Amino acid sequence: MASDAGNSNLFAQQEANRKASRRLVAGFIIFIAWLGFGGDIIWYLWSSSNASARASEGLPYAGIHIIPGLGMTLLLIAGVMAWWGYRFGATSLVHATGATEIIEPSTDAERRLVNVVDEMTIAAGVARPRIWLIPDRAPNAFATGVHLGDAHIAVTQGLLDSCTREELQAVVAHEMGHVANLDVRLMTLLTALIGVVALVHNAAFRWMRFGGGPRIGGRFRSRDNKGAGILVVVLLVVWLVSWVIAPLVTRYMATKVGRSREFLADAMSAQFTRNPGALADALEKIGSSTDKPVAIARSSAQLCIVDPFHSVWGDREGRFADLMATHPPLRERVARLRAMAYQADAGSQIGVPATAPVLTPAQS
Amino acid sequence: MFGLLLIAIVVVLVFFAIGSYNRLVSLKNQVQNAWKQIDVQLKRRHDLIPNLINTVRGAMNFEKGTLEAVVTARNSAIAAASTGSVPATAAAETQLTGALSRLLAVVEAYPDLKATGNVAQLQEELTATENKIGFARQLYNDTATQYNTAQQTFPTMLFAGIAGAAQVPLWEITEETERAVPQVDLSLGPPAK
Repeated sequence: MASDAGNSNLFAQQEANRKASRRLVAGFIIFIAWLGFGGDIIWYLWSSSNASARASEGLPYAGIHIIPGLGMTLLLIAGVMAWWGYRFGATSLVHATGATEIIEPSTDAERRLVNVVDEMTIAAGVARPRIWLIPDRAPNAFATGVHLGDAHIAVTQGLLDSCTREELQAVVAHEMGHVANLDVRLMTLLTALIGVVALVHNAAFRWMRFGGGPRIGGRFRSRDNKGAGILVVVLLVVWLVSWVIAPLVTRYMATKVGRSREFLADAMSAQFTRNPGALADALEKIGSSTDKPVAIARSSAQLCIVDPFHSVWGDREGRFADLMATHPPLRERVARLRAMAYQADAGSQIGVPATAPVLTPAQS
Repeated sequence: MFGLLLIAIVVVLVFFAIGSYNRLVSLKNQVQNAWKQIDVQLKRRHDLIPNLINTVRGAMNFEKGTLEAVVTARNSAIAAASTGSVPATAAAETQLTGALSRLLAVVEAYPDLKATGNVAQLQEELTATENKIGFARQLYNDTATQYNTAQQTFPTMLFAGIAGAAQVPLWEITEETERAVPQVDLSLGPPAK
């Protein structure tokens, strides 16, 4: 359970990130609603003005589009895909990497991992997640799961081999942060919604090209349609443009949410371990590894602690990099964590150790 | 018109009251859970120690004194826990932590030792156990702070009395001597290779 005692830099950062994420998700939902119901509104406006125009000329009645079929269909598809992602998304992502679950640890490294996950479970106050081991030499980790009681944490063999116990603790704490925040549920939902937009976007443009377009254009140019009005045309243009840029916009929103959530998970890792320096060390180690990832798919990159493909955009800053990168720049993450560490060190002047009273081999 | 407004205000206040009461009760239960969690970890340590010491007795024969100190401290801690006295329990647990930290320091001082027998596993298990106790105390302090803050901040504080909420103490070190770094005497062991 994340504490709300808001008198240190750590907890204030978490709150700020939570607010930013809420705003972004709201924006995303409004955008999808506009894509669906906007079309219905335009259709309704056009058909009602068309009907009154035809009535005033004594022509036979033409139907008015009342039922918002387009919006409802879009929401239905989105709902089905979200349900599928909710129900099966988490485990399918883990299985896709070829991970094996650790039920009983068989090596010293696995024993250490299980112990570290148990420790972080206590510190976070959540239920213990299932632990998976990915057969990959590149160090990395990710978490999935939609319910607090049914979460999964997967780490690569490379992470176990290269990190000290404290660094492993920090990485696991970062993933527990994602689990405790229900970030994993959020990202799964967003991924499903992005899928919807991409799907309908493709279908709509295919329909446009093969005969839908001329039909729409024809209707607007027909002599029956005197009452259509400028409003409808303007709305139509704006709506069509929205559809064209939809995939870009949804992707931008998803990466933006993903990026701020990474900062939040870093802060939560520092909260659980009370040792931000360890996470900074771990991130630097993971970021500078030269092993190529073999098990993690490109589509799961955004779930990992560090972008496994070291995208060139990952290190750049600025608006365009924000569009393309799945993770915040590593440099900035490390800088923020080191700043937190100085903050935590200030507490030690009172005589209480900055870190929890633990005995770790590295510290003695 | 005025009557309707009054009713609306009363309804909002009632919802506020219910929400605050529920939040305070939920936080109080979390605090109790976290407190008992510390006991769970302490008991786990008691149960773990005999087996761990037995597995490394052969490899660490030269450090018999340190091993015996751990077993003695563990037995006193169990005895103190059964009396139910909180200060006595706390003192005994502190003694046990001291004995274990001396044992870990010995293992750390002789790197060859880690390769023999089950000493590496011993080190890992003891580290994990001490960490879990530490994190259980940390969780207790975090939830206790949350509970205390909720009782003191504005909307919820009005309903603290009705919910039967009281400020809870944080787990803290009461003896100044505990803040000192434990001194470890390795002079009686064999010289490092």
